[in-house]
Amino acid sequence: MTTLHIVNKSPFEKNAMESCLGHALDGDAILLFEDGVYGALSNTRIANEISRRAGAVKFFVLGPDLNARGLGDGRIADGITVVDYSGFVDLVTTHGRTQSWL
Amino acid sequence: MSEAKKFLYVNRKAPYGTIYALESLEVVLIGAAFDQHVSLAFVDDGVFQIAKGQDTKSLGVKNFSPTYRALGDYGVTKFYVEKDSLDERGLSADDLMEITYEDENDGFAEKPSIIVVTKAEMAEVMRDQDVILSF
Repeated sequence: MTTLHIVNKSPFEKNAMESCLGHALDGDAILLFEDGVYGALSNTRIANEISRRAGAVKFFVLGPDLNARGLGDGRIADGITVVDYSGFVDLVTTHGRTQSWL
Repeated sequence: MSEAKKFLYVNRKAPYGTIYALESLEVVLIGAAFDQHVSLAFVDDGVFQIAKGQDTKSLGVKNFSPTYRALGDYGVTKFYVEKDSLDERGLSADDLMEITYEDENDGFAEKPSIIVVTKAEMAEVMRDQDVILSF
């Protein structure tokens, strides 16, 4: 059973996202929300690692948290899918466990 | 009654600077009291929680590190510690507290609770759980 990893910290302030990427296994999904959405931007120092893992690991970002921060879809790195709250719930229900990276 | 589940408590914060480590420890004790299969993981700054020689006397806060050594009596016998995190911080297993449990299936022999694992092994430990609680 695969894991849904959820990250709510900016990768530019905390190492939660880096640690998450280091422990996510193929088939897992990573959802970025709250300040974690800054990790979904293109042209950042973490974007390369995301595109390298994209495919083996599925990446999602929570739309309402993007919009609140003025980050539209056009700013999001390739390979990351924007979801709404019900998409978040779907991800929780389709994975064996949810792991928070605080 | 449902069957006991496998709970992993993932600790990624150093003690004392924030309340996470102490709160985690309290929740671990509660979980163990409900007869679940409880294991602990120490990753990133979480490895500092079980560093030996902690002394908070001049801080005026409780040194809760001895409590980890009591968890064996509550059936919490697996402390997975990530080697990569130790290495990054200039630590080795020798810098950690001695934490043991008495194996009731082996004549109550005293055995080490700490299991040092690689990052890849830690990822597999995580995937093996029913529930993961992060602190």
